[in-house]
Amino acid sequence: METILEIEHMSVFFTQYERGIRRRILPVIRDLTLSVGAGQIVAVVGASGSGKSLLAHGILGILPYNSHVEGTIRYAGELLTPERSAELRGREIALIPQGVNYLDPLMKIGPQLTKGSREEKVHRRTRRALERYGLGRETAEMYPFELSGGMARRVLIASAVTGTPRLIIADEPTPGLDAKAAERILGHFRELADEGAGILFITHDLELALTVADQVAVFYAGETIEAAPAEDFSDVSRLRHPFTKALWHAMPEHGFNPISGAQPYPDEKAHGCPFAGQCSECMSDCRETDRIPLREFRGGMVRCLYPGEETVL
Amino acid sequence: MKSYGNGTEYNGKGKNRRKSTILFLAAAVVILGAVTVSGIFLEGTATETDFSRTNLAPGAGGLFGTDWMGRDMFARTLAGLSLSIRIGIVTAAVSAVIALLAGTAAATLGRKADAVISWCIDLVMGIPHILLVMLISIACGRGFAGVVAGVALSHWPSLARVIRGEVIQLRQAPYILVAEKLGASKLQNVRRHMLPHLLPQFLTGLILLFPHAILHEASVTFLGFGLSSEQPAIGVILSESMQYLTTGRWWLALFPGLALVLAVVLFALLGERLRQLMDPSSVHE
Amino acid sequence: MKLEAKEVTFYYRGRKKKPVLENFSISIESGERVGLRAPSGRGKTTLCRLLAGYERPQEGKILLDGRPISEYKGVCPVQMVWQHPETVVDPLLRLRDTFAEAGEIDPLLTEKLHIEKGWMDRFPAELSGGELQRFCLARALHPATRFLLCDEISAMLDLVTQAQIWALLLDEARRRKLGLLIVSHNRALMEQVCTRIVELPWNN
Repeated sequence: METILEIEHMSVFFTQYERGIRRRILPVIRDLTLSVGAGQIVAVVGASGSGKSLLAHGILGILPYNSHVEGTIRYAGELLTPERSAELRGREIALIPQGVNYLDPLMKIGPQLTKGSREEKVHRRTRRALERYGLGRETAEMYPFELSGGMARRVLIASAVTGTPRLIIADEPTPGLDAKAAERILGHFRELADEGAGILFITHDLELALTVADQVAVFYAGETIEAAPAEDFSDVSRLRHPFTKALWHAMPEHGFNPISGAQPYPDEKAHGCPFAGQCSECMSDCRETDRIPLREFRGGMVRCLYPGEETVL
Repeated sequence: MKSYGNGTEYNGKGKNRRKSTILFLAAAVVILGAVTVSGIFLEGTATETDFSRTNLAPGAGGLFGTDWMGRDMFARTLAGLSLSIRIGIVTAAVSAVIALLAGTAAATLGRKADAVISWCIDLVMGIPHILLVMLISIACGRGFAGVVAGVALSHWPSLARVIRGEVIQLRQAPYILVAEKLGASKLQNVRRHMLPHLLPQFLTGLILLFPHAILHEASVTFLGFGLSSEQPAIGVILSESMQYLTTGRWWLALFPGLALVLAVVLFALLGERLRQLMDPSSVHE
Repeated sequence: MKLEAKEVTFYYRGRKKKPVLENFSISIESGERVGLRAPSGRGKTTLCRLLAGYERPQEGKILLDGRPISEYKGVCPVQMVWQHPETVVDPLLRLRDTFAEAGEIDPLLTEKLHIEKGWMDRFPAELSGGELQRFCLARALHPATRFLLCDEISAMLDLVTQAQIWALLLDEARRRKLGLLIVSHNRALMEQVCTRIVELPWNN
């Protein structure tokens, strides 16, 4: 299988000013490693604020001006430089953005999708893409403010798949959609993957991710803490990291059990395992070992000193 | 077993942009302040004639030379610049207040008021600035009052438009609606939410008005529709020096003109940097 | 207490032919947890905005205990928790100040919501959606609140945070006999938290 996207040791830092002239550097993504193959759907699951969207923006080279990226990103085997990603995005790499405010508010939907092209072929393809997501012809004549949240989201998805992308980065494409529409969209993802595209599906919704993904990478406080095949999630004992298990137990159908505490801030975790504050298995050396490496474990990857221990709930 | 090393820590190379911006702002304010104050004190010297020292080139006749009446051009330039800056401050301030009132009124007093004010904005914007300043200045009897009225009454529309848009957006902002539902009064909302959002826009708008005001004052005066010729204004200096340029007395126009350009550029940079500092989209640059 | 919408019709300016809601009625009693389900684009958020008094219907009435909702002054007994928490906090204010606006907030509540002391000194842009949503929830659970409208409040949150927030919300609702309107797309979630489920009519 051909690898379409390969990310190694990617870190993203932000420079921020506090009151006055004091400056600080915030690491928001640390040492991220991930790969997406052709025909594969890789779900990146994590809490909000764990740096998922930044990952997408980092690949596309559209991070804000006060950021700084380290590590390597390869697309189709070649290094993805900002210039190269500027050239590829919108053609071979498509983004399905998170917010509906990514649409131009002053432009009708139709022209936004055809990107001003007058070719009949492009128009036909746009119409087909809209139809595919249950949007009628009249949608092309509407302005973004006339769309409901769900419709706008479908427009965004349609805009990403009007071309023939090889890599689709979907940043939270489903909130605001009813279950049926979400399923339909994920079904289309599967179709696109079967046609050979690689899909990076960024979401907070583990349940939904599991219905379609081949691989799941779990994010916590800007780090990948576990990478596992989707089928491991059918049985909690096959999972590796305590946070992944906590996610499993928090699903409404698996008991709806929360763990206490919240994810730490980029500047809060001085050292040790970032999950230490919420972990029920936390040992004294978890708090002391700096930079726990991501390692292979039972057919997946995990960043934990004591992976796979039984969780007592 | 494979294990991955960790990336090195990024420790923020590069200059602290905010520090340098603040230094620049302080320096610009000090320079402009010094020019304004020294100009006021030099007004006497600027009009002093000395017929034993006429038409001296820079060097022999002081830093900027002397004119055909033996007046020191350095003093005249500073005094003129000072007058221009003072007029600029007054007119920009008046313009900004008009803009604030008109913009807020358009946004809050309902559809009809909005239509009327927006129409006025378009009307004023539609007439070339210099023409409008001249017309108002003539109507107000020229001189100091004429120029101030002319410049002040013609520069508010663009800022008014910005403020109108901002207020309309703020009135619909969910966080203000929520605050209302939590029992916050209108006045509290204006103070707590509206003003802090408007202030940066207003301040930068105000400072960016200065260069326009100064330039328009000078050009109207140059054309003879503004300040009277006894006053050491830059516009007056420049228009008088026109007749001597052909006889090779380049210093009469060059230095005052250059000083005017520098002052205007300084104000424009000041506004631009201030905007960078206060605008959330570039605040961390 | 009883919150009700009586034969409400609502449309946006210039779209009279295509009303978002037409002749719609719903009522919620204190202590009830009503789930609201509908496909996207059928006016669920609009209904919440109407019930909370952010919009007025062109026809019909929104009544709280028989009195129109617009007549209630001061802190409104019907509070709405929004889908996007980042839009309902002033981006220029530290959270401490935004919080102060809602008056005294029970420190026990902030503790139960896992709101950390350090967050108070931050600006909204420095917090994630899940963290902001906890703030918004604490603010909406004002002592005077009798009804809470939850518009997809956990759609943007991860499972752990979602479970945390709902556990607390159910606990508070039971203790204070709050009436809840819960809008969500998640069937499993609805079945866990609601006492009854209402479907919005399919008028298109």
